[in-house]
Amino acid sequence: MKYLIQCCFIGLLSFSAQKATAQNMANGKKIYETRCLVCHQADGGGVPNMNAPLDGASNVVGNDIARLVKIIRNGYNERVALDGYYYSNAMTANPDLKDADIADVLSYIRNSWTNKASKITLAQVQKVKKK
Amino acid sequence: MKKIQNLFLLSIIMMACTVNAQDNAGLRLPAGFSATLFANNIGSSRHISITKSGIVFAKLNAPNKEGKAIIRLEDANKDGIADKINGWGNYGGTGIYVRDKNLYASSDQGIFLYQLNDQDEVVNPTTPKVIVKDLIDRRQHSSKSITLDPQGNIYVNIGAYSNACQEKDRMPGSKGMMPCPILDSAGGIWKFDGQKENQVYGDGKRYATGLRNVIGLDWNTQTNSLFVTQHGRDQLNSFYPQYYSDNQNAELPAETMYEVKEGDDCGWPYVYYDPYQKKKILSPEYGGDGKKEGAPNALNPTMSFPAHMAPMSLLFYKGTQFPERYQQGAFIAFHGSWNRAPLPQEGYFVAFVPYKNGKPSGEWEIFANGFAGTEIVTNPRLAKARPCGLAEGPDGSLYVCDDNKGAIFKISFNK
Ligand code: HEC
Repeated sequence: MKYLIQCCFIGLLSFSAQKATAQNMANGKKIYETRCLVCHQADGGGVPNMNAPLDGASNVVGNDIARLVKIIRNGYNERVALDGYYYSNAMTANPDLKDADIADVLSYIRNSWTNKASKITLAQVQKVKKK
Repeated sequence: MKKIQNLFLLSIIMMACTVNAQDNAGLRLPAGFSATLFANNIGSSRHISITKSGIVFAKLNAPNKEGKAIIRLEDANKDGIADKINGWGNYGGTGIYVRDKNLYASSDQGIFLYQLNDQDEVVNPTTPKVIVKDLIDRRQHSSKSITLDPQGNIYVNIGAYSNACQEKDRMPGSKGMMPCPILDSAGGIWKFDGQKENQVYGDGKRYATGLRNVIGLDWNTQTNSLFVTQHGRDQLNSFYPQYYSDNQNAELPAETMYEVKEGDDCGWPYVYYDPYQKKKILSPEYGGDGKKEGAPNALNPTMSFPAHMAPMSLLFYKGTQFPERYQQGAFIAFHGSWNRAPLPQEGYFVAFVPYKNGKPSGEWEIFANGFAGTEIVTNPRLAKARPCGLAEGPDGSLYVCDDNKGAIFKISFNK
């Protein structure tokens, strides 16, 4: 019985963890505006050939959370096609950003503009080892 | 009757509207000028160059849907619209330059030379000569623009793979490296022989340095010297909010044009140009605070433009079709900004600077506008067209290409 309750509780927790709270979104937005908007733009559309769009990007709403966390922490500067296009700029690293803030800004970009995806939790960010 | 009258009026208004929309291909131009949409949707066209017979060549940023990255456009019936379009080449790039039967094209690593026949058709589409190879390409500022001097030497921009030569690029608080090691192989203009094959760095010469990223360059035959337009650095406010507000970042630093002679230094990364103080200001990565000056020996620009507008192409007008005040003057294609956000973006236009005897004889002005197709560009992806390349036709018309979908506009003066 105790086990069942626990199970239920964990189940509930993980269920409620799926959706970003208003607080997550507000904090994520603040971080986005000070650190990301300059390149990715107010509409998340990026800059053609230069800065990748976040709105509608398959990776951004995708399941490779560790990759997203590493991109925010370490920056990103690789010759890879993102949804078929290449971008030439180098993304700034954010080594000073707290894990909880990384979770919120990721939750924010996954749930803004036309994007809809699960929220990123602090635990998910903490699981990704710093390099 | 009233109804019919109304209908009649309405249709007149509608006609006027459609005529207006087609008028000048949507561009706003000074009185007496007109424009046609010479081509559209050919693929992201970076630079263009035109033969004496009026054949237009465009270099695409990446191969288009047909897998071609160098496009030849011909207007056989001379109606201002290309009617014969084909292409070749499977590598993306920016630079293209035609002189007589020699057609140069650049990738982000090298320069290739194609031969044209009497019809200005390419003879060796798959076997160009490799003129220069192994140039630095680290993604950031990797595009190579090219121009020739009258002797046939080739000048190529090698952009710095960095914003401000910090130990860690674009890392808040990371210091600028002293001296900046990037300048050995990038951040300047290199000069190579226009005919010799397989040249590498060692065969060329660093002609000018201290240039973060030049995309527009042209040889001015009046002054017999090279002019270049530089993209200034980004993100003063995001890295140094104690010295720069959002509003100041939106206006700093200036985009600059220089006349460079062999050995000149334009000051990057140690300084940037502040158009309000009219001074070279020490970069904050090197201890600057928005006021301290630096690099006393670096050149001053011959002209400065508002920040972040991204000059993509520079052309000194040699023809006589345009009125006298335009002759010998400089046209500059501006890509339009992206890093003025949160303020609206600016500069999706072609500018003009009047020149007399090789010196600017007035301030810059907007020559052709309306490329974006919207009055206020809040986000760059909303701009329909972004001016990128310029070339002059044999009759003195000015061609402007766009690297969004790949439109080419032909602008003429009709008296
Ligand atoms: C200096 C400009 C710049 C800034 C500032 C910036 N980015 Fe980026 N971002 C880029 C570029 C350029 C890429 C693509 C890099 C590449 O292709 O190697 C990118 C890629 C990404 C990706 C991967 C997209 C994909 O489709 O895989 C994510 C996620 C991302 N950025 C989020 C952010 C967030 C969140 C912030 C703020 C904390 C931020 N970026 C700040 C320029 C920037």
